Amino acid sequence: MSRTSAPTPTPTRIVILVATRKGAWLFHGDAKRKVWQADGPHFLGHSISHVQLDPRDGRTLLAAAKTGHLGPTIFRSTNLGHGWKEARQPPAFTQPAKQAQAPDGLPARSVDHTFWLTPGHASERDSWYAGTSPQGLFRSEDGGVSWAPLPAVNDNPQLREWMGSAQDGTPDGPKLHSIIVDPRDPSHLYFAMSGGGVHESRDAGRSWATLIKGMEVVGGLDPTTVTFHDPHCVRLCPSNPDRLYQQNHCGIYRIDRSGDPAADTWQRIGSKMPKRVGDIGFPMVVHPRDADTAWVFPMDGTTVWPRTSPGGRPAAYVTRNAGRTWQRLDEGLPEAQAWWTLKRQAMTVDAQAVPALYVGTTSGELWIGREEGARWSNIARHLPEIYAVEVAELA
Amino acid sequence: MKVLIPGALRSYTRDAHVEAVGDTLHALFADLDRRYPGLRFRVVDEQNLLRPNMRIFVNGVGVRDLHHALQGDDFVALVLALSGG
Repeated sequence: MSRTSAPTPTPTRIVILVATRKGAWLFHGDAKRKVWQADGPHFLGHSISHVQLDPRDGRTLLAAAKTGHLGPTIFRSTNLGHGWKEARQPPAFTQPAKQAQAPDGLPARSVDHTFWLTPGHASERDSWYAGTSPQGLFRSEDGGVSWAPLPAVNDNPQLREWMGSAQDGTPDGPKLHSIIVDPRDPSHLYFAMSGGGVHESRDAGRSWATLIKGMEVVGGLDPTTVTFHDPHCVRLCPSNPDRLYQQNHCGIYRIDRSGDPAADTWQRIGSKMPKRVGDIGFPMVVHPRDADTAWVFPMDGTTVWPRTSPGGRPAAYVTRNAGRTWQRLDEGLPEAQAWWTLKRQAMTVDAQAVPALYVGTTSGELWIGREEGARWSNIARHLPEIYAVEVAELA
Repeated sequence: MKVLIPGALRSYTRDAHVEAVGDTLHALFADLDRRYPGLRFRVVDEQNLLRPNMRIFVNGVGVRDLHHALQGDDFVALVLALSGG
């Protein structure tokens, strides 16, 4: 058991940041997480892939937006959503030099949408990272006003080969996601690509190593080929930054890092999930203080991949021993005929003394799982399809 | 010249009809972006291509080549491609 001691209780306000296919909502809660006040819609009609709060100042929000017709952009608020301003330079790929176009086969790309936002390291105030579709990694050093591409990813011929073209991706576009900054070291970064594997940098993104050993791929394909790997969501344990969990297209994994990407191996811990449920899904959530505890929310990944709850009976599953066993958590959730599921960013956890889970469904419902997911209750219904749920705790 | 702005872009211009200058569509969008910062990138991507679901009509004729030459009395309409569902 690697649970660290609970923090000294301090009065906090919880804000749930909900990104949907048709706008963003903020749900302000009281200290007991009982009463919720909806603030929204913000950007009604815009597809909002992600909304994130800057934990370093507790008031700056970034929202990744596009509409059906218009190009992508980033909106910023420095007052918790009371007002928004558009980024001056949203994430955009560079134009390839003429001579670079043909020989190495790197065609020019355009950002379709920014998919993932990660605040930078605590010591690097105003730094942010963004992952895009098609796969690209960008960094801002001015609080999200302007964004610069990381050429060691976006223009790297080997990574570009593993990314494939936009046409090689899933119907809503290939994604770069799960951008993680090691809390001990701002130069130690991870990201994942659907498809294209998991990658690690120890020099602030100037060079990258692949971290796929042990990850499985669709039957019949070669697991040593990086492009076949489809990590859906990777999370680092804040209480043990050498441990990461992953929900993958092909199961649930854990890795304990020695530091050598070539030696460290992902262990498939989803094989202990009930066979009738399986270990396919999109989100993965880790406990804020216990690196042995993690949650998933399985979906039906059989036949044509219905992407619904298995059997129409949604449930979270928790492991409290790093993946050796799993328990079903469905008290309060619909018991039948509930065919929704969760996107990869639509499940999170707060860091209160007894943490609560939060999930947003593809059918536009927002739920809280009190007591670490033991008891579920609904916060909101009838929202648009939910893409992402984050929770912010304000002093 | 007069430019018709679709509803989705009026958060930038406020008005449906605006005035802008340029001897090509590229130059016209550069002028529009000076007047309404951020507008161009919502319509023209970083590779200087018109975004897939946008259409431009110059005096009623559909144009996708942003090198298309313009005259001072042309009427340029930015239109969202019709879609359903």
